Amino acid sequence: MDQFTLNLLVIGATFALYIGIAIWARAGSTSEFYAAGRGVHPILNGMATGADWMSAASFISMAGIIAMAAAGGYEQSAYLMGWTGGYVLLALLLAPYLRKFGKFTVPEFIGDRFYSKTARMVAVACLIIASVTYVIGQMTGVGVAFARFLEVKSSTGLYIGAAIVFAYAVLGGMKGITYTQVAQYCVLIIAYTIPAIFISLNLTGNFLPQTGLFGTHTASGVALLTKLDQLVTELGFRQYTGMTTNMLNMVLFTMSLMIGTAGLPHVIVRFFTVPKVADARASAGWALVFIALLYTVAPAVGAMARLNLTTTFWPNAVAGQAFDGEAISVDSIANDPQYNWINNWAKTGLLKFEDKNGDGQIQYYNDKNADVAAMATAKGWTGNELTTVNNDIMVLANPEIAHLPGWVIALVAAGGLAAALSTAAGLLLAIASAISHDVIKGALNPDISEKGELLAARIAMAVAIGVATYLGLHPPGFAAQTVALAFGIAAASIFPALMMGIFSKRINNSGAVWGMLSGLIFTLVYIFIYKGWFFFPGTNQLPDTVDNWVLGISPLSIGAVGALVNFGVAYAVSMTSKEPPQEIQELIEGIRVPKGAGAATAH
Amino acid sequence: MADKSSSNAYWKANIRMIQLFLIIWFVASFGFGIILRPMLMGIAVGGSDLGFWFAQQGSILVFLVLIFVYAWRMNKLDKEFGVEE
Repeated sequence: MDQFTLNLLVIGATFALYIGIAIWARAGSTSEFYAAGRGVHPILNGMATGADWMSAASFISMAGIIAMAAAGGYEQSAYLMGWTGGYVLLALLLAPYLRKFGKFTVPEFIGDRFYSKTARMVAVACLIIASVTYVIGQMTGVGVAFARFLEVKSSTGLYIGAAIVFAYAVLGGMKGITYTQVAQYCVLIIAYTIPAIFISLNLTGNFLPQTGLFGTHTASGVALLTKLDQLVTELGFRQYTGMTTNMLNMVLFTMSLMIGTAGLPHVIVRFFTVPKVADARASAGWALVFIALLYTVAPAVGAMARLNLTTTFWPNAVAGQAFDGEAISVDSIANDPQYNWINNWAKTGLLKFEDKNGDGQIQYYNDKNADVAAMATAKGWTGNELTTVNNDIMVLANPEIAHLPGWVIALVAAGGLAAALSTAAGLLLAIASAISHDVIKGALNPDISEKGELLAARIAMAVAIGVATYLGLHPPGFAAQTVALAFGIAAASIFPALMMGIFSKRINNSGAVWGMLSGLIFTLVYIFIYKGWFFFPGTNQLPDTVDNWVLGISPLSIGAVGALVNFGVAYAVSMTSKEPPQEIQELIEGIRVPKGAGAATAH
Repeated sequence: MADKSSSNAYWKANIRMIQLFLIIWFVASFGFGIILRPMLMGIAVGGSDLGFWFAQQGSILVFLVLIFVYAWRMNKLDKEFGVEE
């Protein structure tokens, strides 16, 4: 059976499964549509949260970002710690209390707690900007995965993906999405770990990639990371495990990702689906178990793929020094079947090589490094000849590099699609609920019947899918800024408002509104100064480089500072205005204890 | 519904626990993984050092333990104060 048929079979089987679940899990009430009827077991909710959380970026890109970063693999640990540490904040600071509050959306909590429609609408705006930015990346990810594995145009792939999401999200709402996400989690985690286990066995003899990363490279007899450090520095790149040169920025970036994670509405609403407050705490733990299965494997995949890539181009480097032997020859890339993957991925443009000096070999090194460049010139090399290595290759080509059977390749394709579709569905639900529940029921038409609201929610979902599909086909400039925009807004605006709403009785309506707005505007302005106003190219005030950043703080890391601005302004404004009314103080008392659902509102 | 003074004591106990757990959360990730890494460079772990291990593996394992221990301790606290569901 050829690879195409195999991909088609595996992807087709997973899609049939998702549709089957969609038909089984139709939503009959708004409670089922928004919160899956609050009957999801904490472990299943943990799996669904894992799939919801792990996007195309986590699955396809993250290991490659760690592997190929110019600053070295260590500095990218910010992603690993940031995208997991946020769950501690969720479990300790938000999830149990928001579950106790017992409503359907994040803006609804902000609106009720701060007794302010303005606060609710600011939260809706933040939610929509963050989620739309995020969802565009998922839609393009679906298109790209289809294009690579099923040889269709990426626009066709996008339509197919959108149709699948439409089926289970419009029919089933949160209920359909939750149970599909459980299935998608299983697909994606199997697809991610199988190649990683084989590669770890290959390189280090360790079955677990997590221990393989700190194990011994069997071919050379030295520790894997030592070997990798030696090799990349020989080629003129920065040491893989080298310490960061910008500690403040790494701290702030990690913090922004953590509090951004805790503040992203599509993650928070997942904790509204469990039956009890105690379940919300436990479910955050289960979510992190399932997320950690991928996140502890990813750094191993990154380091091992980087080593494999390098030794492919410098065969002598497997056991010795790279430059002591010859580089890979153009002839063997063309004719040796073990290098087929290089040709396969060169066709997609994700990998490019060019024999610049015409010596019949492909020399891969860092020509920006003065010492290595001088040595290269002496040898007659005229620049790095492996001209493009897209980060995504590190995961997508992994099974081929390790010579794994065709069904593993098909599984990786299905896994990438599962990661993108599950995250897209979660985001679309957050957007649709904000529109039907917060804007339509909350502001425009409070008297709408439950049936009417359910219909409005379905229509909002269908429109959101349409808009996301359109934006996926024609990505605007801000689509590439998920990390800056989505995490920046969630960190600077939503997370502080939620936290203050639970832990302070003194923060009042004006404090919350001014706090959210100042955090949001501060963060956006800092991003716009370096990335361009509203991301229009060429409108940036300062070049986006470390020398121009204030105290070396990157626009991607500013969300943590924006959160401080939010806390500070909210406190100052609240202290100089009236304290919240008695019934709000009682509402806060009520959400702080698990017992007695509705105790606060019963007064 | 629990009376006000006992729910205050419950909340104070909860806040103390959250503070302790957040200190551990901070030390394991921002501490060992980033800020204190230069001081931990001497402790070798499989081809790199303890700080690198915390940044890429250890911190995540600590996070996991923290959440489950917090959930377990809070369930106990809920029962002690009679505020469980």
